[in-house]
Amino acid sequence: MPTTQIAVTAMVNGLAIGLLLFITAAGLSLIFGMMDVLNLAHGALFLTGAYLAWWIGGEQQTWPSLARAVVAVVVLGAAAGGLLSLLTAPLSRRSHLEQALLTLGIALVAADILSALFGDDVRATEPPAGLDGTVTIAGWSYPSYRLALVGIAALLAAAVYWTVERTSLGALFRATVSDRDMVATVGVDPRLVRGGVFVLGSVLATLAGLLGAPIYHARPGLDTTILVLALVVVVVGGLGSIRGPLIAALLFGQVESVGRAVLPGLASFLLFGTLAAVLVVRPRGLFTLAPGGRR
Amino acid sequence: MTSLAQTRAAPARPRLGVGARTATGIAAGTLLLAAAPLYLAPYATTTLTRILVFGLLAASLNLLVGVVGLPSLGHAAFFGVGAYAAAWTAIHGLAGAGALLVGVVVAALVALVAGAVAVRASGVFFLMLTLAIGELTQQAADSWESVTGGSNGLYGVPAPTLFGTVLDQPATTYWYVLGFFVVGMLALRLVSTSAPGVVLRGIRDSEDRMRALGYRTTAIKLGALVFAGAVAGLAGGLLAAQQRLVTPADVGFETSALALLAVVIGGTGSWWGPCLGAALVIVVRDSLGATLDGHGPLALGLLFVLVVYLLPTGIARIRLRRAAS
Repeated sequence: MPTTQIAVTAMVNGLAIGLLLFITAAGLSLIFGMMDVLNLAHGALFLTGAYLAWWIGGEQQTWPSLARAVVAVVVLGAAAGGLLSLLTAPLSRRSHLEQALLTLGIALVAADILSALFGDDVRATEPPAGLDGTVTIAGWSYPSYRLALVGIAALLAAAVYWTVERTSLGALFRATVSDRDMVATVGVDPRLVRGGVFVLGSVLATLAGLLGAPIYHARPGLDTTILVLALVVVVVGGLGSIRGPLIAALLFGQVESVGRAVLPGLASFLLFGTLAAVLVVRPRGLFTLAPGGRR
Repeated sequence: MTSLAQTRAAPARPRLGVGARTATGIAAGTLLLAAAPLYLAPYATTTLTRILVFGLLAASLNLLVGVVGLPSLGHAAFFGVGAYAAAWTAIHGLAGAGALLVGVVVAALVALVAGAVAVRASGVFFLMLTLAIGELTQQAADSWESVTGGSNGLYGVPAPTLFGTVLDQPATTYWYVLGFFVVGMLALRLVSTSAPGVVLRGIRDSEDRMRALGYRTTAIKLGALVFAGAVAGLAGGLLAAQQRLVTPADVGFETSALALLAVVIGGTGSWWGPCLGAALVIVVRDSLGATLDGHGPLALGLLFVLVVYLLPTGIARIRLRRAAS
């Protein structure tokens, strides 16, 4: 393959990965910004979505199986979000460390259940007919699923962005980020908002897992890989905002993909290097809505 | 600097120096631990060695969590780096205290680089950053095959030698580990109960006030992180000597999380409490992991959930009690 084609392929890959990362990290950022809960079980939700894609569709998805899988991940994500909301509710007045330990425990239990259900093998799944080949644009061939993924993920990202930044529901979300007590004073029960945001954030994670299944392949350990990427995106982008994680996710998608293509052995160092570089310039992330000093 | 620290922070100062009672306690505890292999089966001795190694890791983490108030989820990175460095040195011909020293120095250097980024953040950002640092270190251990042996790890680490004697029996390995465990614990105690420790507690309780008093808090936090990283590196070197094998799992997230769990169980208020927590964690992992047929993570996950729910005031209570005394 000529060098330019490798470069373009890596960049489109990076765009697809970046958008997937954004969908995952947006859920994490929303849950933290509004609920003040650092959900370390977020990666397990992504992995659950990826395993469900394989379990329902097998190694080769069809359109009906994909539709069933979408319904399944939305239902399961919503249920998991509700459960997480209930489990973390008693800890709302306690330190972040304890919440992190709790969700970490939940993540360990979830990972163990997943590996008991699906084994320790890589569970690869191929996208349905029509998306499983390659398309050729201007002489460059490219896996069609990844191009479709860019489109779908961009739509989903736009929907999330529009909901949070432009609708009255989003205004309620953002108001809760800025001042929870004030929202309660205006007559909105923050506990209802709490459950809603947990459900939304968790569904985003499981959906990202479903969309990412043909790229990442469900396997044990993928949950922590994704969790760390999402955390890095959230730290760099700033907590509680949507624009910050979007830009950070696109940046890290490129770092992951182009970095892997150019310097395969150094990918994790590149990731850390970028993280360090951003934090040296902006210690509290690129765009922080939540008050930085809040504990 | 030292005298200034003592005069400025005098009201909150814990008892400095080693009182007669503490000294007796330390001596008695060390003697008891030293005599243990004489009465234990070899397998139990090996378990106790693992507890010492893990206890030193947990105690070094407690310097960050309990004393400075920096909750780290990536402390195993320094532990693992120390273990790899010591194992590599031992394999390449320098087993024993020299390998440990290399482990300590390399771990301190990694802590310096990682810490320079991490201490810029506070609270939950610190938690996330250290988690990412730990995970990236594990990925590096996994992929840098020419040095770390990749996912197989570094195996065939020679037993440590001391004054020409090869320490390859469970009891001799145990005494070797115990010796450096005591050194590490005393170093931790010295830092946390002396004048620098008072400054560190001051930063935990009110960083802004300490900064207003003229302390360069970011640099001091970095110093504490490097010191804790160095002690974790010592524990890692001991791990390499005891296990004779280092794998990426020793660097990873689960090891960091277990160390944090040991600190929370043991209580952040005392310098030796985390060792008790470490003993519980190791016993649960080794005994339950074997009986549950590979479902160790399940048992540990439940232990995390239980600890959080059943210690309802948890860390805060311990901290309050300390402030009240």
